[in-house]
Parts: sequence; C-alpha cells; structure tokens
Amino acid sequence: MKFTEEHEWLRVEDDVVVVGITEHAAEQLGDIVFVELPSVGTEVVKDDEVVVIESVKAASDILAPIDGEITEVNDVLTDEPSKVNDDAMGDGWMFKMKASDATQMDDYMDEAAYKKFVG
Amino acid sequence: MSDLRVTPLNALHKELGAKMVPFAGYEMPVQYPLGVMKEHLHCRAEAGLFDVSHMGQVIIRAPGGYDAAATAFETLVPVNALGLGEGRQRYAMFTNDKGGIEDDLMIANRGDHMFVVVNAACKEADITRMTTGLPECEVTEITDRALLALQGPGAEAALEALVPGVASMTFMDVGVMASDWGELWISRSGYTGEDGYEISVPEDQSEALARALIALDAVEPIGLGARDSLRLEAGLCLYGHDIDSGTTPVEAALTWAIQKVRRNGGARAGGFPGADTILAQLDDGPTRRRVGLRPEGRAPMREGTELYAGAEGGDVIGHVTSGAFGPTLGGPMSMGYVTAGFADDGTTIYGDVRGKRLPATITALPFVPANFKR
Repeated sequence: MKFTEEHEWLRVEDDVVVVGITEHAAEQLGDIVFVELPSVGTEVVKDDEVVVIESVKAASDILAPIDGEITEVNDVLTDEPSKVNDDAMGDGWMFKMKASDATQMDDYMDEAAYKKFVG
Repeated sequence: MSDLRVTPLNALHKELGAKMVPFAGYEMPVQYPLGVMKEHLHCRAEAGLFDVSHMGQVIIRAPGGYDAAATAFETLVPVNALGLGEGRQRYAMFTNDKGGIEDDLMIANRGDHMFVVVNAACKEADITRMTTGLPECEVTEITDRALLALQGPGAEAALEALVPGVASMTFMDVGVMASDWGELWISRSGYTGEDGYEISVPEDQSEALARALIALDAVEPIGLGARDSLRLEAGLCLYGHDIDSGTTPVEAALTWAIQKVRRNGGARAGGFPGADTILAQLDDGPTRRRVGLRPEGRAPMREGTELYAGAEGGDVIGHVTSGAFGPTLGGPMSMGYVTAGFADDGTTIYGDVRGKRLPATITALPFVPANFKR
C-alpha cells in the first residue's frame, strides 16, 4: 500500500489500483456528507481533480495520484458517504483505476513513512 | 492565537476534548469528540449544551424605568420595545441609515430595566451605538457572567432537575432564579429551533453549572459546527452571513419582527435608523428577498454560490448566504437572496456548483419545524 502527501492511499489489486483517503484525512475532514465521484472510463492525468468530498465543514478535492483510466467507482458512497468516516481504508474506497505508468507509484510513501509524515 | 479571548468554560471545553477554533475574536469549541453530525442529532433528540459566553450581555437602565429605556431604545430598532410585557423577551435588530442591519439581538423587559443580548462580533460597536444613542440611559456591559444555552426536547426536564420552576416558563419568558450556582438569569429561548433555555450564570459558577448539566444523561456538549447546522435547519439568520449592514429586515424576511405599531399607520411608526427605506419596502415589497433552497441530490450549495433562473445562460439572480448538509433534514439546504420574481415557494432555480448548474427548489423556512413551547 502506498500513501500520498495529500492523504490518499493506493492499493494494487490484480491489475487495478484502488484509491481512497486515509483515516487521518477522514478524521480531519469530519463527518462526510457528500462524495462526487468521476465517471467510469474517464482518462485522468496525475493531479487532475477527480473526486469532490463535502464534509459538514467544507468541500475538498481529491487529485488523481497517477495517470490512467477510471475503471470503477464506489457507488455506495453516493447514498452512504459516511462509509468514508467509518472505514476509510476499506469499504470507503473511492475509485479504481488502470495505471498507464505504474512506476509513478514508486515515489509515494509506504505505511511507516506515512505514519511518520502525519506524526 | 494569543490575541484570542477565552470564555470561563475554555478549560472545560479542552478537558472534554473539543476542537477549538477562532470565532468572533474568541477561542471556541467547533466540535467535541462526538462529531458535528451526532451532536446535531443529539440536540434534536435530547438536549445539547452550548457555550455562548462570547455573546454580549448588556443592561440598560433609565431614570424613568423600563418604559423610559424602551422608548429611548426604539430610536435604534424597528421593534416594539415599549409594548414588551414584563418578564418577556423579543427578537430585534439595530438598523443603519440605509435600512441595513447592524446586528440582531434579543431584548427583555426585566421590570425596571432592559436586558439585551448581542452577537460577539458586533458587541463593541453595539455598546458604542447604545451608549451614544441613548444618552438618557445607563448602558452597562455585563462582564462577570457566562451564558449557556441548553437546547432540545430534553432541555426542560434536564434544567428543571437542577433549577426547579423553569418548566413553567413558556417560549420567550425571562426570569431571575436562585440556584445552587448563584442567581441565574434564564430565558426560554435559543437559536436552534428547539425548545430550550439560555442561562446567564455568574462566571465563577459557570463551570460547575455546565458540569452539572452534562453529568445528566440527556445532555451532551455541542460545538459551533452543530450550532450552525441547527440554526440553518431552523431557518434562522446568522449575522455577517444571511444578514448584514447591506440587507434590510424586509429583504431578510424578518418583517415579523417589525410590529404594526412601528409601521406606517402605527402609533409609533418610524423613528428608527433607515425608517424611510424599511417602511417603503414594507408597503411596496423589496426587490430581493431571503429564501430557503433545497438543492436536488446531496451536494450542498455553500455560501457564495451564484444563483441563476435557468440551467444555461442568463444573469445572476442571487446568491447563497449559508449552505450546509442538514443532518435532521437528511439532505443539503441553503439560504440566500434572490430577485423578488423568483422568490415564490416551489420555484426551481439553479446554483453554480464548481462550474455546473444544479437545480434547487425555493422552499418555505424553516426546513425543520420548530419545537417551541408556546
């Protein structure tokens, strides 16, 4: 599992990369009330805004961590956005993507480095 | 944050694990470990305790007693202060020469004097306004008392257990009660749409009273985050957002707070700042009006969202002044101003959310019915 400085996690499952936000990020955002997901099939470039998360406080963007194509989104979040608070690293995943250059993940932190990063 | 002021309950908030934020010059709790959503729902189901000690408490005395103080006070507000019964409270607003709102406040008739509660961010200006505008009165800011709000359907039983007698008060009654925490100034009011009380307590007793309240099963401490979503569900204005010096009470749909006696044809019509503008708007209707909005879907339309009549093109017809997700409502809700022709309930308009025009329906306020004990 890899972690970005923007508090996203990436997990490689077979030939796709699953992306979500970390427990730390979910806690910082507070209660999440709305998640706007991208369309399946969207081609994204690293740092494109792909997801909007609205918490009770504010809207935040999630950026594409790598280049690739969105292959699946977690539709459950449309009706149950609180799943991100309940299980950020599991059922609260956001989208899956097919990486066009998997080596882009190499620069991201491993879990130990991320834990150190968030203190 | 060293220049921030603190309330007498600051240490208690921190002990309870509150996340503290700067608000109106004070360090205040925005949420406790329960979280905004659960705090909100708890207040609607049982009872929530809010620290509102940052707000200003002011006593106004005149040599002629309450009537003289109220008569003078009517030169500052478009509200019937003189006709307010003893032991009763009423919503009011200070206006400016253009008819704009300088602050909203509560006034109470306490027999021989008037008691006023004003917003934290405005209190210095308000006190200057009252001191200079009411030369015949003695205007005293109360600085040795905290202010708590206990709100929710469980508030009556909770407070009655500690301060017997409060259950017999009805909405907008005020009273002075002896208690184990000194003399309490209690009003049956609040700003959540729920039944409840605001309690002015001697500063040195405030933490003990707060601890006694949250020790009760029904009562949880509630932060500013839930206070904001509760008041928005209740359709209540937040000063500096939904109302300000550029919005008039008529535009803000606060005409219910301007009693007949102060309107054209009334015995004490006008005589307050901006009367010409406000009275003309009462007769002719305003060109824009505050409305409630229910966006379709789940995406909130937040403060600043521009509003349009159609899904494409056209000029801006208004903007959102408060927007959030309503935990009790179970969906997004906003308040804002729209041009008069689009202000009717049921009208569909469109908000620009991140470059997309999303539909929203003009909806009667409040979003969640009030639960006052009248």
